[in-house]
Amino acid sequence: MIQVLPLNSATEEKNISFSLGELVAGLRELLPDDGVLLEEEDTRPYECDGLSAYRQLPMIVVLPSTVEQVQEVMQLCHKLGVPVVARGSGTGLSGGALPHPQGVVLSLAKLKNILEIDPAARTARVEPGVRNLAVSEAAAQYGLYYAPDPSSQIACTIGGNIAENSGGVHCLKYGLTVHNVLKLKVITQQGDMITIGSDALYSPGYDLLALMIGSEGMLGVVVEVTVNLLPIPETTGVLLAAFDDVEKAGIAVGEIIAAGIIPAGLEMMDGFAIQAAEEFVQAGYPIDAAAILLCEVDGTRQEVEEQIRLVREELLACGATEVRQAEDELQRQLFWKGRKSAFPAVGRLSPDYYCMDGTIPRHRLPEVLKGIAEMADEYGLRVANVFHAGDGNMHPLILYDANKPGELEKTEELGGRILELCVEVGGTITGEHGVGIEKINQMCVQFSPAELAQFRAVKAAFDPDGLLNPGKGVPTPRRCSEYRTLHKGHD
Amino acid sequence: MSDLTRMLQETVTDAVAEKRPLQLIGGGTRSFYGRTPKGDPLQLAGHTGIINYQPKELVITARAGTLLSEIESVLAEQGQVLAFEPPRFGEGSTIGGVIASGLSGPARPFNGSTRDFVLGARVINGQGEILRFGGEVMKNVAGYDLSRLMCGALGTLGLLLDVSLKVMPRAVVERTQVRSCSEAEALALFRELAGKPLPITAACFTDGQLCLRLSGSRPAVLAAAQRVGGEELDQAAAFWVGVRDLQHPSLASDRPLWRISLPATATPIEGIESTGFIDWGGAQRWLSGRRDVTPLRDQAESLGGHATLFRGGDRDSEVFQPLQPTLLDFHQRLKRALDPVGIFNPGRLYPQL
Repeated sequence: MIQVLPLNSATEEKNISFSLGELVAGLRELLPDDGVLLEEEDTRPYECDGLSAYRQLPMIVVLPSTVEQVQEVMQLCHKLGVPVVARGSGTGLSGGALPHPQGVVLSLAKLKNILEIDPAARTARVEPGVRNLAVSEAAAQYGLYYAPDPSSQIACTIGGNIAENSGGVHCLKYGLTVHNVLKLKVITQQGDMITIGSDALYSPGYDLLALMIGSEGMLGVVVEVTVNLLPIPETTGVLLAAFDDVEKAGIAVGEIIAAGIIPAGLEMMDGFAIQAAEEFVQAGYPIDAAAILLCEVDGTRQEVEEQIRLVREELLACGATEVRQAEDELQRQLFWKGRKSAFPAVGRLSPDYYCMDGTIPRHRLPEVLKGIAEMADEYGLRVANVFHAGDGNMHPLILYDANKPGELEKTEELGGRILELCVEVGGTITGEHGVGIEKINQMCVQFSPAELAQFRAVKAAFDPDGLLNPGKGVPTPRRCSEYRTLHKGHD
Repeated sequence: MSDLTRMLQETVTDAVAEKRPLQLIGGGTRSFYGRTPKGDPLQLAGHTGIINYQPKELVITARAGTLLSEIESVLAEQGQVLAFEPPRFGEGSTIGGVIASGLSGPARPFNGSTRDFVLGARVINGQGEILRFGGEVMKNVAGYDLSRLMCGALGTLGLLLDVSLKVMPRAVVERTQVRSCSEAEALALFRELAGKPLPITAACFTDGQLCLRLSGSRPAVLAAAQRVGGEELDQAAAFWVGVRDLQHPSLASDRPLWRISLPATATPIEGIESTGFIDWGGAQRWLSGRRDVTPLRDQAESLGGHATLFRGGDRDSEVFQPLQPTLLDFHQRLKRALDPVGIFNPGRLYPQL
């Protein structure tokens, strides 16, 4: 059977040894008293991120408030050989910010200044602890916004977005974090500051921006980010379509795209998720539908009118039982509110829920949903499906009760098998939440030993001592061989 | 359609064993770019074929030697395009060369760059191993993003076998508006328009004329054309192909050609009038003729950008703006991580790589 291996067997293969006294004394010299947390009551809040099933009390938490302090902390940790786990606001869903038992948690929460908004260049230069939504709020006065909008955008930080290459509901048209960042200032594991990218659209050398974004805090610590801003679209239109069959909804997605339309947002919810959301926020969703699609288009008034007309035609041609257009901004917000609160809404129906994050080629959706339903039955667990239909990113929500002995383990096992199904149909184990500690076993399924070895070599190029976020993202050969052995037992 | 994977892997493996550098060659239409190639020529143009094309999934996967023209005509049959408008410097341009050079056309500031459309790649690394990174889906954050890293690396990090790209629908209507103005006025207008929600997909300035391409549905493009003003340009499609492929008279000469990459808001660069060609809404400015390298690079850097000796001149010199020492060090380490013996296109990007 499949087992989730505890973090300890994520096996840093080298021994970590340093003098705790020397580290604490050094940190106290660099930071004010309230910048170094040692007592359990202070460090306890940092024991997990958004994936609270994994917890580890940190040894030390540091809260630098300047870039110089970050750099000095990194230099000290490099000198002493101390593992460092960088952390934003801790909303990550893959345990990427799970502390290291013998390491320092480097919180970037105090670096929260918006340094500059340049409306002419349409850029914002911000510190990593700035919240995602705060960038768009600050840019709004210039008619601009920052496009990536992960559902945690009220709380999550830009630094965390860089680490995870965060997406959101508008990715198909506006891209991920990697498509919206111009420049980074990064402190390396050795404590050097490097600038990656530039304010121009082309920079010489390797595309280290692409490498750094989504590297889950394992290659460097981002201390400044320049993002691209976009003009706020002139207008936005939203259609809600109901279907009596999930497969028809899936076909409609393909037909909209085949008609030459790239919706700003295209979301699908299954019957279970619809009912939960409707009970929670009364968005006016048709509760008897097997699936709904929310399709948002944006642009100039003329463009939106034209696209709404085309999308409506496609939806009806694909057998939508009902197509509604949001009549005003209030109704548009309400349509979205149902989708955006789908997670907590489903959460209300169960003591706990577990959010998965696989991506699949969209045309494989019906069989994947069927496979998920069959496996869920096998495990006696309920699963609600929320799907970024435009880009193929699925978020199955597994409902469970952590207080029932063995149920979390069962849930994680089901989750792992769902991800492996995603890989089997040509997809990936993570669309936007990252590997972290959560999906580290499934990395052994998605990648060959040679590919994983290549990842480790890239990691070593930046962090030869393996001290930045150790044990995350890329599994050790030993973990993979252990996992493959267990996996074989299951088959 | 032919799959040379096995032969290419054997060639690389032998080269690694003998520590014999290889010069990777696709269609050879971009051989002018980068530093002087070194090593035994290895032809990739025979490794061809579209492996997978799913219009509704917005993805195409093709072997590196596949002609760019073939890919674009297959996409056109389904009303789709490569939205980054890769230049075609000749009939032989291959998709591998597009990725290795990482060059994008006039739509770049509005639609994104070559690497923005890369979803995945299969490569042979410097140990002769076949590795696949990324995939054929839009969102994928498993593992480091080594497929996008291949863009613009000029083949120095691995031999590209095939690449998966996101494709986009072709605009229903395109229309270009022109108006006469000075360079300074053009730069100011680029800035002003870029902040507005208009369907602009290209913006250049040449011959005292500013050209704006608008793309979208017919009513949207007409309305936008009225807003931006000016006259409609005839033969606009051919004009933009010329811009894309650097066929404009001031760019197509035999003189050395400099590509100055700047923030779009940067002030006019000294000497730019002599070429008078600005693309990318002000972010890409071309200079031709012999230039004194150091002051040019210092000036570009002080404006927040870089100067590349794009074509002609001394190809054994640093044609790309030199990297800061710490950054160069990471480049060297990364190169060693992917190509430990240094067999792929040594020196093509930088002498040290």
